Amino acid sequence: MNSVVCIAQVPDTETRIKIGGDGRHIDDTGIKYIVSPYDEYALEEAIRLKEKQGGDVTVLAFGPDRVQQALRESLARGATKALHVKGESADADSLGIAKVLAAAIKTIPHDLVFFGKQGVGTDNSLVGPMVAEILGYPQVNVVTHLEVADGKITAHREIEGAEEIIEASTPAVITAQKGMNEPRYASLKGIMAAKKIAIDSKSVSDLGLADSDIVNQRVTVVSLELPPEKSGGRKIDGADPAAAAKEIVRYMKEEAKAL
Amino acid sequence: MTVLVFCEVLDGKLKKASREALSIGRKLAEAAGGDLAAFATDRAAADDSGRYGAKKLYVADAGAYNTETYTAAMQAAITASSATVVLFGGTSNGRDLAPRLAARLNAGVASDVDRLEWTDGKLRARRPVYSGKAFATVEISGTPAIATTRINAFPAEESGGGAPEVVEVSAPSDSKTKVVETKVSEADELSIVEADIIVSGGRGLKEGANFSIIRDLAHAIGGAVGASRATVDAGWIDHQHQVGQTGRVVSPNLYIAAGVSGAIQHLAGMSTSKHIVAINKDPEAPIFRIADLGVVGDLFTIVPALTEEVKKAKAH
Repeated sequence: MNSVVCIAQVPDTETRIKIGGDGRHIDDTGIKYIVSPYDEYALEEAIRLKEKQGGDVTVLAFGPDRVQQALRESLARGATKALHVKGESADADSLGIAKVLAAAIKTIPHDLVFFGKQGVGTDNSLVGPMVAEILGYPQVNVVTHLEVADGKITAHREIEGAEEIIEASTPAVITAQKGMNEPRYASLKGIMAAKKIAIDSKSVSDLGLADSDIVNQRVTVVSLELPPEKSGGRKIDGADPAAAAKEIVRYMKEEAKAL
Repeated sequence: MTVLVFCEVLDGKLKKASREALSIGRKLAEAAGGDLAAFATDRAAADDSGRYGAKKLYVADAGAYNTETYTAAMQAAITASSATVVLFGGTSNGRDLAPRLAARLNAGVASDVDRLEWTDGKLRARRPVYSGKAFATVEISGTPAIATTRINAFPAEESGGGAPEVVEVSAPSDSKTKVVETKVSEADELSIVEADIIVSGGRGLKEGANFSIIRDLAHAIGGAVGASRATVDAGWIDHQHQVGQTGRVVSPNLYIAAGVSGAIQHLAGMSTSKHIVAINKDPEAPIFRIADLGVVGDLFTIVPALTEEVKKAKAH
């Protein structure tokens, strides 16, 4: 059982977002980058599968040199191989990124392709299903539980107020939801072992693609803005619970029109 | 110019997300001098989609949701309608289908948009990024331009139209996936994504069992139960309730936060709520910076008192 796990490197969720000078990108001065939180569930699931059924877990990322750090961390947790597709991903739209990843995945032996259900930050939730379509694979999105046996997967997909249990043939694309598993931390042994693994690297042109295939292909960011500062409203003392409750109900009725 | 909206039927009626998508779709069509059309796999969508302005309803006999068969059916409807803009309500199925279809058509897609306009022959969309810490305005080129709409961002407005013309489109039956079972959540709780009112609990609840206080209030109001990341990570409540950067971004009419301090990731996920009430014993809690009404006090006495007061108000 070989898996590819696509890793997005994103600003730490603690980050206070500032807009860059061009008004279209974030100002990345001083930003700490992390592996996108949902990708951690994807990676953990692939590592567990490898531990049970053998095979390789290849982590794959597209972007500038800094994404090697995310690949290194993923190797330390238990991935066995890593591929970095070098390129400026900042102006690539989701379809452009999907084309790059799909082309890279074709160069790696695999039965399953994992993503997080969304990259935390751009919050598109698009690339996984796009890669599935480009490769002609079935997809199961927002997966909370996965079983793999006899070339077939059974995945639990979270939907509104329910869960679908879906069977699919392999190869397949899975996008991981929080709760799928409990991701492990890298052990010291893992960190040392990861240092011995070379990160393979390819350029976009090595994959037979040109920048024009991926940059601002269909979706262009025209502007990026911060939301208007919200100034706090009234603050009242809740020492008398009954009086506070009456005031909240008045607010709900008269101002929020919610009762 | 045609705007085609993917519609979903629940209990014989259009889902809220579909009604909202039709409503903004009609405005886009009007701005461009075009027509609104709907797609559904259930003829029950006819009356509702007409009421929201659809002139045509494309129907595929595709059965229950399946990514591959629905992608093919939508592709057929797009071809038949020559749609320039395709909208999906931001449901699980809409979000599953839109990217798959976009890749098939080599089309651009903007997800989770909260504003849409048609300018100079192009679709412009605004979408929250970094869970609402910033907003990106994007332009989609190529045809069709696809977007998924954020639930609660566009008001559902009927336009008083009559029944649409029904057009059959074919749906293939082969797929590499099969739904073998659908397990409906026993709790029968309202989803935070669709709710008009959310009551959220945070670490101030001290332990998981105390979520009953939050549930009682949510139940009395008719709202959904939300939760901070700390409470989900502590195992007090299921992840489906989590509001914020690694949960869901919500914008209900009313958001009541009790014992939620307001970490940046949480605020990002709910600060676009139209009305915010916060109850917290710490007067310096960051949640008060964005609350319209802040109550400094003990949630263990105030929330139950509020539940009683709401029941009284509702009884009148």
